[in-house]
Amino acid sequence: MISFTVNGKPVSLDADASMPLLWALRDLLGLTGTKFGCGIAQCGACTVHIDGEATRSCVTPVSSIAGKKITTIEGLPPDLANPIQQAWIEVDVPQCGYCQSGQIMSAAGLLREKSKPTDKDIDDAMTGNICRCGTYPRIRQAIHRAAELMATRGGK
Amino acid sequence: MSATTIGRREFIKLTIGASGGLLIGLYLPTLDAKEEAASPAEFAPNAFVRIAPDESITIIVNHSEMGQGVYTTLPMILADELDADWRNVRFESAPVDPVYNSPAFGMQATGGSTSTWSSFDPMRKAGAAARAMLIAAAAEQWKVDAAECRAAEGFVHGPSPEMKLSYGKLAEKAALLKPPAEIALKEPKDFYLIGKPLKRLDTPEKTNGKAVFGIDAKLPGMMVALVARAPVFGAKLKTWNSKKAEAVKGVRKVVEVPSGVAVLADGFWAAYQGRDALEIEWDEGALANFSSRSQREEYAALAEKPGLAARKDGDAATALAGAPKKIEAVYEVPYLSHAMMEPLNCTVDLRSDSCEIWTGTQFQTGDRAAAAQIAGLKPESVQLHTTFLGGGFGRRGNPMADFVSEAVHVAKAAGAPAKVKVIWTREDDMHGGYYRPAYLHAIEGSVDAGGMPHAWSHRIVGQSIAAGTPFEGALVKNGIDETSVEGAADIPYAIPNIQVEYQPVKLAVPVLWWRSVGHSHNAFVVESFLDELAAAGGKDPYELRRTLLAKHPRELGVLNLAAEKAGWGRRLVKGRGRGIAVHASFGSYVAEVVEASVEGGDVRVHRVVCAVDCGGFVNPQIIEQQLQGAVVFGLTAALYGELTFEKGRVQQSNFNDYQMLRMAECPEIEVHIVQSKEKMGGIGEPGVPPSAPALVNAIFQATGKRIRKLPIRMSEAA
Repeated sequence: MISFTVNGKPVSLDADASMPLLWALRDLLGLTGTKFGCGIAQCGACTVHIDGEATRSCVTPVSSIAGKKITTIEGLPPDLANPIQQAWIEVDVPQCGYCQSGQIMSAAGLLREKSKPTDKDIDDAMTGNICRCGTYPRIRQAIHRAAELMATRGGK
Repeated sequence: MSATTIGRREFIKLTIGASGGLLIGLYLPTLDAKEEAASPAEFAPNAFVRIAPDESITIIVNHSEMGQGVYTTLPMILADELDADWRNVRFESAPVDPVYNSPAFGMQATGGSTSTWSSFDPMRKAGAAARAMLIAAAAEQWKVDAAECRAAEGFVHGPSPEMKLSYGKLAEKAALLKPPAEIALKEPKDFYLIGKPLKRLDTPEKTNGKAVFGIDAKLPGMMVALVARAPVFGAKLKTWNSKKAEAVKGVRKVVEVPSGVAVLADGFWAAYQGRDALEIEWDEGALANFSSRSQREEYAALAEKPGLAARKDGDAATALAGAPKKIEAVYEVPYLSHAMMEPLNCTVDLRSDSCEIWTGTQFQTGDRAAAAQIAGLKPESVQLHTTFLGGGFGRRGNPMADFVSEAVHVAKAAGAPAKVKVIWTREDDMHGGYYRPAYLHAIEGSVDAGGMPHAWSHRIVGQSIAAGTPFEGALVKNGIDETSVEGAADIPYAIPNIQVEYQPVKLAVPVLWWRSVGHSHNAFVVESFLDELAAAGGKDPYELRRTLLAKHPRELGVLNLAAEKAGWGRRLVKGRGRGIAVHASFGSYVAEVVEASVEGGDVRVHRVVCAVDCGGFVNPQIIEQQLQGAVVFGLTAALYGELTFEKGRVQQSNFNDYQMLRMAECPEIEVHIVQSKEKMGGIGEPGVPPSAPALVNAIFQATGKRIRKLPIRMSEAA
């Protein structure tokens, strides 16, 4: 049994130790917002937060996360989720949408660390997330917008 | 208002929906009526719009949403004619039924950048008919003449101010009325949604993890399957042993299917481990020693021989023979993977007398027919649910229905009743075929004493996409696959001697349309080589195009607009070059100006300015998105895209060696839309073709080096 927390709820799983967290979330916990894109940490579609840090769940074995706090797109806290989702909607970011959970989780990780990210910060934080539809210009715009929204709401 | 009479074969069917609201569907004649008419049970209730007493307006969309925005644009068209309150509009994906066939194809399919223009009139008529019936219902209630009533934003207003009823309140009554004999459509000046940059309706669920893609389908008791497929195209299964695979915890079954051996398990990870543990021997067949090198040699040899004539103006051979200044070049493009972010997958619930399928597909009619045949069922016993598609780009619209057929085979081999989701890994997807074909182009041209292009001879060598598929009859004419020569045989330039030939190749590597299809490689060659002729004749590439396109106002319009917005001719930052390309495809016209530099052999794209003339349009914001995305798609292929073969095996496997353009490399992309009254064209694909040639033309301006082979490698420049 491996025990950890997902979106604030404690879970215990009887899973193969080598099973990537991605498949534990999707197949065992029914949290399908986190996506499978490559399986080798190259595309970022599977990004979740482990103890607050944006991590590729497709190469993270469940054996390594005992006792840790996992946050997925479904459980992103409102102080981050609200401004980011509002910005994503205002800017009309997604096209096919498949990579967007991962994009948002990476963006949330960035915004948690840097309340006013520069374009260079965005390049550094987001370049591990592929978008085949090419929504990059709007993701960049939406991250700046989310930062503004967080500032005006008196966020961190 | 302009009145259009409903065509003889069009009629309106009404039923009262489960919610007691108005359900209205406009039946339209379909091209494959004979095929579908054979199964009368197909005539299930059909509809494009449902209005419920709670005021919700559900618009049923017969095209697949793969990022191109049809779940927003198509509802906008219908809602505008309906005079709906946009805030109440929601979308729903259509089931499989002939009423939902694409007017462009006569089948239920999404592709060829056809969705919005082909659905424009049907969606308008469906909305207008519903509006007329709501007005009639209100008039009847108020006992006034319908001509005294008008509709606006979800209400019908009568002649006196207190007469105001919402669509939700009128829905049930309207459902009992006879459909109008004539449908009055709005004048375009009265559109209040069409033409506006409305936000996409599908964004909220794509920002919180709730959007359901095929890979997210969940059924109680469902197994997940991975298939071990042939390592070489055309290889046959010799022997296999599943003992070790079956020993993996969670593996339920191992079965043989036509494409290989499937491991069915409780979840992905067990299936993955189980598949790894399979012992399989293959008879590798004819392609066991196939390599990209040998293929290139064969193609180069074929390029020496005359091909099938796709175009002949004047006498290019004689003109070239006597030309004072002549250029010969060989251009090459590789096989490409579509590499949609969502790997292929398909979920099947197979029972003895029926089958239900959940998948993101671009070709419902073909997939369902294939599934029915494999399952031994009638098509109407197979229900296919179209989920969101995590990208399509053509790969999910396969005439051979490969990923759906395989999943049904897996369920059948497992034994009905069986619920199974087949998932392809990224490696499976990249090795699984149906690529953009590799092509070799041999091209020659000359300029006259004044430096103007005088002769153009272009020979295209490569596989046909349509040959051997059910679409061969429609797409292959006199041996020439239209999709192989599109964008090459129809070049608009005023050159007196033009010859274009196609040299088809038969090869067992499965190929398919890839966003912009033949235009993806032909525009690269045509627009690059035109630049070569401009340089040979001492002409500015933009000015030369202007001269040669004098009789083509739409190409000229976008060319001028892109050049103006990009500041063509103005000084650039040192080390940068500008390149221009213009190309017509799928009924639309796009010009792009790329600014790029080369530093230490690395190409950097700084800015791309696009101008598009797609005729009339529905949502300019979605057009901008499609153009931006097309540029990223085109640049990705130009900079990185390449699948190569060695010993019959594809050498690349995942995003580590088949790279995508990423955030830090993404240029600034500007989109300018020509305000046009021309017929509406497509928008999903036309932005792709000009990107690669505009980039290599920019590299030429920056460095003097000519790139004739994709992906771009400066070490291979001429």
